[in-house]
Amino acid sequence: MDRTEDYIIEVRDLTVKYGDRAVLEGINFKVRRGETFVILGGSGCGKSTLLRNLVGLMRPYSGQILINGQDFTAMSDERRVEARKRMGMCFQGSALFNSMTLADNVALPLREHTRLNESTIEIMTKIKLELVGLSGYEDFLPAELSGGMKKRAGLARAMAMDPEVIFYDEPSAGLDPIVAAGLDTLIRKMQNTFNLTSVVVTHELASVRLIADVVCMLKSGRIVELGTIAQLEASENPFVRQFFERRPEDEGGQSSEYIHAVTGLE
Amino acid sequence: MQRYLGWLGRITLNALFALGRVCVLIADTFHWLLLAPIRGQGLRVRSTVEHFVEYGVHSLPIVSLICFLVGAIMAMQASYQLARFGATIFIANLVGVAAIREMAPLLTAVLITGRSGSAIAAEIGTMKVSEEIDALKVMGLNPTKFLVVPKFLGMLLAVPCLTILSTFIMIAGGYCLTTGVLGIDSERYIEQTSKALVMKDLVTGLTKSVFFAIVICLVGVYRGFQVEGGAEGVGRQTTSSVVTSLFLIIVVDLVFTTIFYFA
Repeated sequence: MDRTEDYIIEVRDLTVKYGDRAVLEGINFKVRRGETFVILGGSGCGKSTLLRNLVGLMRPYSGQILINGQDFTAMSDERRVEARKRMGMCFQGSALFNSMTLADNVALPLREHTRLNESTIEIMTKIKLELVGLSGYEDFLPAELSGGMKKRAGLARAMAMDPEVIFYDEPSAGLDPIVAAGLDTLIRKMQNTFNLTSVVVTHELASVRLIADVVCMLKSGRIVELGTIAQLEASENPFVRQFFERRPEDEGGQSSEYIHAVTGLE
Repeated sequence: MQRYLGWLGRITLNALFALGRVCVLIADTFHWLLLAPIRGQGLRVRSTVEHFVEYGVHSLPIVSLICFLVGAIMAMQASYQLARFGATIFIANLVGVAAIREMAPLLTAVLITGRSGSAIAAEIGTMKVSEEIDALKVMGLNPTKFLVVPKFLGMLLAVPCLTILSTFIMIAGGYCLTTGVLGIDSERYIEQTSKALVMKDLVTGLTKSVFFAIVICLVGVYRGFQVEGGAEGVGRQTTSSVVTSLFLIIVVDLVFTTIFYFA
């Protein structure tokens, strides 16, 4: 049952360092085809760094990232371009090209990577924008859109090449709850309709409960818990408990440390 | 003493790293400019033309105006000295040679630095801050091919073209002032100018302008990619792109003036 073909992404012993400081250490996980895999953690836990490694924007210090069984970190540039055509990414700030209209943004990967004629590209662009509920906005510039619409447009662009896997960086960050919920529903819809694999980096519990099949919880660059949302809710791990119960960092017992930090006295 | 040595070491290391990054940028640019099109990986012609129009055609009014005025200024300043010897006709030589060899290429480069070099740095810097550069990479589009090469090629075509035009306009500025205000005969002035100028003057000016174009574009691109943080970083690198570019333009000017002086 556990065949390797079932897994689209496999991370083995990933270690990432900034200078001498390890920000990720000994990361191991597998992402099954068609599931929504959520990387959850507080600020500064290394989740964005992990995502940047998965899409190849950073090179790890050691370890492997296998995508469809091929080591993404050790590929030639040409092969990596090929692999990238089959993945999409939604950026935190949408990262739409500000000088181009929405239609041009979505059409860009098609124009650059395929030899489709212009009328086909136009139709495909319309379909993708329709998919995220932005039909009619083809000629708008990104600056003319609201935050939620930009994220949707970013998703349409990520979907342009019909990828197998989409990476989302903080999809609901900076959005109001209603728009954020709309985006979560959209992520779910994409997964159900196209059997798309999604890797989502987030710290929003509400959205995790809606979209996650598997959750990987990070703390200080290490995985503290990996499992379904139910398994995490039942976890005994103190950090996971604290995160799910939204308790603040324990203040007690830190006064001496505080005095030390401020005054330098023991 | 130890602190001084540490400081020296840090500065040297930083300078070497910066030099390394510049070399990588240059190599990458020329790879995507020359090798990649041969291997059939394409060149973005349309984008190049758009950049050429932006850098060249759109800066034509301001470059023309300033070069015309500077031509007139040079003629006046020359007359200030030459009139004492009754050699006002030699204004034609002075303005002609100075414009074609020095002032037109230099002034064009300075104007384009302020107008387009800073824009390149700001554009790439903003794209970096808003993750657009990352978005390109994730899509499998090379930022050098996509962003740098069209700008580079556009600049490489625009600056020499502008230089030729601004040379003519600067000479025209001198001509208008000399014939109109100082009352020198128009035909004599033109004849004197054409006697003063030789082909080598044009070669000097154009060679300089090609290297000015390279400097302006690469400095802008380099500073743009150096941007860290938000809007403040964009501002800082844009300013520094103008300063670096002006400095390097003067250095390049000195080098080529020396070469052509002795050659």
